[in-house]
Amino acid sequence: MTKILAIETKLHLRDGWSLLFSLGLPLMLLLVIGNIPDLSKPDPNLGGQRFVDTQLPATMLLLGLATLAFNVLPGVLATYRKQGVLRRMSTTPVSPASMLAVQLIINLVVGIVLAAVLIAAARLALGSSVPAHLAFVPVFVLGTAALMAIGLVIAAVAPSGKAAPLIGTVVMFPMLFVAGMWIPREVMPPVLRTISDYSVAGPFVQALRDTWAGHAPQLPHLAVVTAGLVVFGALAVRLFRWE
Amino acid sequence: MKAIEVNGLRKAYRDHVAVADVSFSVAEGEIFGILGPNGAGKTTTVECVAGLRVPDGGTIKVCGLDPRRDRDRLRRTLGVQLQSAELPEKIKVWEALELFASFYDSPADTAELIERMGLAAKRDTAYAKLSGGQRQRLSIALALVGRPRVAILDELTTGLDPQARRDAWELIEQVRASGVTIVLVTHFMEEAERLCDRLALIDAGRVVAMDTPSGLVGMVSDEQRLRFRPSAPFDDALLLALPEVSDVRRSGEQVVVSGTGNLPSAVTLALASAGVVPTDLRIEQATLDDAFLALTGRKLT
Repeated sequence: MTKILAIETKLHLRDGWSLLFSLGLPLMLLLVIGNIPDLSKPDPNLGGQRFVDTQLPATMLLLGLATLAFNVLPGVLATYRKQGVLRRMSTTPVSPASMLAVQLIINLVVGIVLAAVLIAAARLALGSSVPAHLAFVPVFVLGTAALMAIGLVIAAVAPSGKAAPLIGTVVMFPMLFVAGMWIPREVMPPVLRTISDYSVAGPFVQALRDTWAGHAPQLPHLAVVTAGLVVFGALAVRLFRWE
Repeated sequence: MKAIEVNGLRKAYRDHVAVADVSFSVAEGEIFGILGPNGAGKTTTVECVAGLRVPDGGTIKVCGLDPRRDRDRLRRTLGVQLQSAELPEKIKVWEALELFASFYDSPADTAELIERMGLAAKRDTAYAKLSGGQRQRLSIALALVGRPRVAILDELTTGLDPQARRDAWELIEQVRASGVTIVLVTHFMEEAERLCDRLALIDAGRVVAMDTPSGLVGMVSDEQRLRFRPSAPFDDALLLALPEVSDVRRSGEQVVVSGTGNLPSAVTLALASAGVVPTDLRIEQATLDDAFLALTGRKLT
């Protein structure tokens, strides 16, 4: 298991594109958008918060996590299944489930690195505060797990290694939209806001922002994210194929 | 104990029966071939043996283990090289071997295995950059890294050029020499004739015949043909008088003698006694292809 982890980590690092998109893109967007002068002023639409305080860093974190969960994870797993890597593993004493576990660990670690980088960059470059409520950590883990469960379902249904990231992208953009990446949840029209509330990513972003600002996360938000984890997790277990 | 015993194996998929009735046994230290055309049920058979598929009927024992019930122990005993199973594109040769070695309690020495498979120069090469022959050699290495007692090699040389194929054959002979029992799945008759101690001909999910390669050929026809150019003229009656000879024909300078039994030595002796030397002597025998055709009414390839 440690060996699989070591070698798969190396393979991930060798694949520069996935790192560039999951780590580099959110960081770049954070810095570029964060330097638009108007966004550093208190915004009455955001309840007096500045755009760069929680809205921008939380949605950039979501962008990176969604890239990991919907593109990178299903891409690798569907490719390994298609190529017969998982099947070959199932002829050895080690179960291909360890490969699955390793991929989840690697993507979770990259997600943690991403969070650390974004928090530091927002603090240093944009003067945003660091997440102030301790519940930020469990919220982060819960939400990331829920996104990865959706990614596993994508990996399960994708017919090929190339199709998986494409399906992931098709799922990702509407999800980012309803989560408030382009329109903050505060200013969404009521219908969109309602959709957002039940979209897993929407309540995840809201809980990240609440804890970032020092508030406790709201229970309905946690409930929806947890439900997403349970439903998609069960679906993934049900649908996942090794070959 | 037999290395592998398969009895009355049956496996159907949703719409067709892949394996109708397959039985065979493989002795320890043997290279056993499973030969048949595409779609005959060869791969399904070995996948059941490897515990990758659940048979609908019949029994399987590998070194006394049941592939389903003793799955964990089987995986330590059996090395499998699967048809068209690839590796991650960017994994290097040595990394792949180290990775698979880590799956076993007492794996083979990977450095030595790389050397033996002729991959030393490619140690640091990524999988995507290996040639077909190198990939196959790596694949064999991965099947052997757990020091299995039995190795299943499925369509090992399909898609390789003739040189790479010969290299792979040599490798398999080396592996057998190290005491590993080998099940070789193939649809190349030449490969089966060259490597296998015994083989099962499979067609439409059934074993149509099982014997040594020469035994199988002998089942359909033990006729041989000799072609040569005589160094001096001689009378056909000289050869027709031999009990082994059934027919003598001439085409131009060439003489074609058909017959059975120990034809080559009988003919050359008779010619020598008449002071004739057969030059450009060639012996033609029926092949496994001919045997398969005779047994099933279909061509192998």
